[in-house]
Amino acid sequence: MYFGLSEEQKSLEESISKYLEANASLEAIKAVADGEKEKAKAIHQGLVDLGISGLMVPEQYGGLELDTLFAAVVAGALGAGTAPSPFTGAYVMAPLALSLAGSDTQKDNWLPKIAGGDAVIGMGLSEYIGAREDAGITYSDGKISGRALFVIDGKDADAYILGNQSGQLFLIDADSSGIDVTDLTTVDKTRDSIELILKEVNAELLPGSEKDPSAINKVIDTGRLMLSADTVGASQVMLDKSVAYSLERKQFGRAIGSFQAVKHMCAEMTAELEPCHSMVWHAAHCQDNIEEEAREMACHLKAHVAEVGQQVSKTSIEVHGGMGFTDEMGLHYWFKRIGLNRQLLGSPELVREEVAKLQGFDQSLVKKN
Amino acid sequence: MDLEYGPEYNDFRKEVVHFVKENENVKLEGPVRSESRIAWQQKLIDNGYFARSIPKEYGGFGGDMDIIKLRIIAEEFAKSPIPKPMGGQGIQMLVPTILELGTEEQKQAYVRPTLRGEMIWCQGYSEPNSGSDLASLQTKGELDGEEWVINGQKIWTSTAHLSQMCFILVRTEPDAPKHQGISYLLMPMDTPGIDRRPIKQMTGDSDFNELFLTDVRIPATNIIGQRGEGWKVANATLGHERGSLADPNATMNRFNSLVNLMKGETINGERVIDKPVFRDRLLKIQGRIIAQQSNALRILSSQINKGQDTNMAKFITKLQGTELRHDLEGLAIDAMGEMGTLYEDSPHLRDKGAWQMSYMYFLGLIIGGGTSQIQKNIISERGLGMPKEPKVQGA
Repeated sequence: MYFGLSEEQKSLEESISKYLEANASLEAIKAVADGEKEKAKAIHQGLVDLGISGLMVPEQYGGLELDTLFAAVVAGALGAGTAPSPFTGAYVMAPLALSLAGSDTQKDNWLPKIAGGDAVIGMGLSEYIGAREDAGITYSDGKISGRALFVIDGKDADAYILGNQSGQLFLIDADSSGIDVTDLTTVDKTRDSIELILKEVNAELLPGSEKDPSAINKVIDTGRLMLSADTVGASQVMLDKSVAYSLERKQFGRAIGSFQAVKHMCAEMTAELEPCHSMVWHAAHCQDNIEEEAREMACHLKAHVAEVGQQVSKTSIEVHGGMGFTDEMGLHYWFKRIGLNRQLLGSPELVREEVAKLQGFDQSLVKKN
Repeated sequence: MDLEYGPEYNDFRKEVVHFVKENENVKLEGPVRSESRIAWQQKLIDNGYFARSIPKEYGGFGGDMDIIKLRIIAEEFAKSPIPKPMGGQGIQMLVPTILELGTEEQKQAYVRPTLRGEMIWCQGYSEPNSGSDLASLQTKGELDGEEWVINGQKIWTSTAHLSQMCFILVRTEPDAPKHQGISYLLMPMDTPGIDRRPIKQMTGDSDFNELFLTDVRIPATNIIGQRGEGWKVANATLGHERGSLADPNATMNRFNSLVNLMKGETINGERVIDKPVFRDRLLKIQGRIIAQQSNALRILSSQINKGQDTNMAKFITKLQGTELRHDLEGLAIDAMGEMGTLYEDSPHLRDKGAWQMSYMYFLGLIIGGGTSQIQKNIISERGLGMPKEPKVQGA
């Protein structure tokens, strides 16, 4: 029995962290947020060179075929470094969707390109989880029409995988006609968000998703795991920065970190956040090894970490006082990243509703489905 | 990452399952120290299901220190109504301390009867003016020939009315700095000069006592460690207590009872669990329990695999575990509404009033064993390396 990261996982985490420290400093992140696209592209490429695009791709298609825990470790490092790079959608959810539900041709066409860093696929599954406004897609005769909001890693993507409300997955080429891409501006400037409006766009069904939603559920749960790991990584940085700042900043003749009011804020962040590292590892392990617990663990992780991330990101800004509120200090990049992670692929309330349903807690829910 | 215990443990689990099945209907009778209780405790020791790694010569089973086997025993016992091994401060705190720091004579004299449940211990630590600041304690111990003479007052002494012995902290070196002037003594409870007054709690029960000590004379040899080392000795045992106060696996069992309660309670004919607001609170609690279970697995792993640093994971368990359990009991009361306030032997009472009882009891545990605020000091100072509050002069 060993509960923790392996040496390989730790060393992958370290190599990504080191790369981001050197290449994605706060100055670089600010430049990206101000619109320097080239900077973000360079960071993305550097991360691809470290192997992030091939993690989840099977070896036969040129990938590393690592497990979910490896991917979670990478997601944590990316969150810690507020990395302006595709990952959760393009390099985790997309290859997983293709591996689980794609035809041989679809796999042959896309998996090697993903592994090599030559293709980014955006994931539009929000409408399966809970459609906002009148969003949603319909498929007939090989064509898709409709609207998909918050397509993860969809900006400048080469293709999209979209889910309809019954959980079927469709692949569309970004070059197809009838696609209108609208940029969405969120608080989080470290990642792009888009909306797709589709009119009679050529689409292929991922055949493994036709009959039942097990593939889309697994893809979403794995995505939730990545967003949670991202939040835990980002939250840990906010906590560490809080402790460091409180030891530096002096008021009333002493470091503010010597006041119990401030110490207890840091202790409360720690008490909530420390178990979340273990929870990420545990949920990732279940995803690959303990099928009967995998769904509940992923949903609970997403909801719980979202709450803890909110508490930590708020408290951290407070520990920094007025400086925490400034653009100059830049804490807000972590705050906003945690804020977006909280809503993507299901806000805490939606996900808890789902895990209640999974356990059969609510008879009315069970009947409806 | 590997959560399997390994095939080499399959036979061991089978043995435990067999024992549990064979003994699931055992009923213990009489008060503590009754013959049937002592016999059961001894049977558990003889089979290696209690005091497993304690040497045979001191009354234990004399087995290897195998954390996974201990875990398997705990898992299988938890699934069954079989009577559980005794706990208490003697077993959880005194025995590990004596084994670590006691003399050979002390090990011979105290460990076996304590393990068998023949000798019950209470803890004489807190004083009316020394709670969170325990090291400021003032109960005096003076050496008079071959005897310690103890004078002073202790408070929050659990099970003092059932105990034969008390492990007590007294100030024996009044001129030394406060942490270096304390000794750890072993005081028989039938010694003349001990006056006990029960403290009635908000729950209605009296689990605690005040002890008034007037010229209590005990042998000079009844000391663990050297004079003035009592603080160090006591800290060895406090570590043993904190880990045991709020086990997340026990909290998950309690959660399952809460689910059943919320399925049974109705408002205008609708089950409480079907109401989204209540259900969301329920699921939030479940998520918090799972987080703590994951944290506990990491700690367990560090006991098996040397070199895993889990200090921070350990520092947070008392704070998080007791607060969570209190919240859980509070949700049960809300789920019952007015019915949740019923107590004692009222008509319509649910589960013998256990939810209110636990709601209050766990508030007691949030305070006892180092308050939540003291836990936050420990997390920030020892865990995060933040500075202590500056000392007030003269304190």
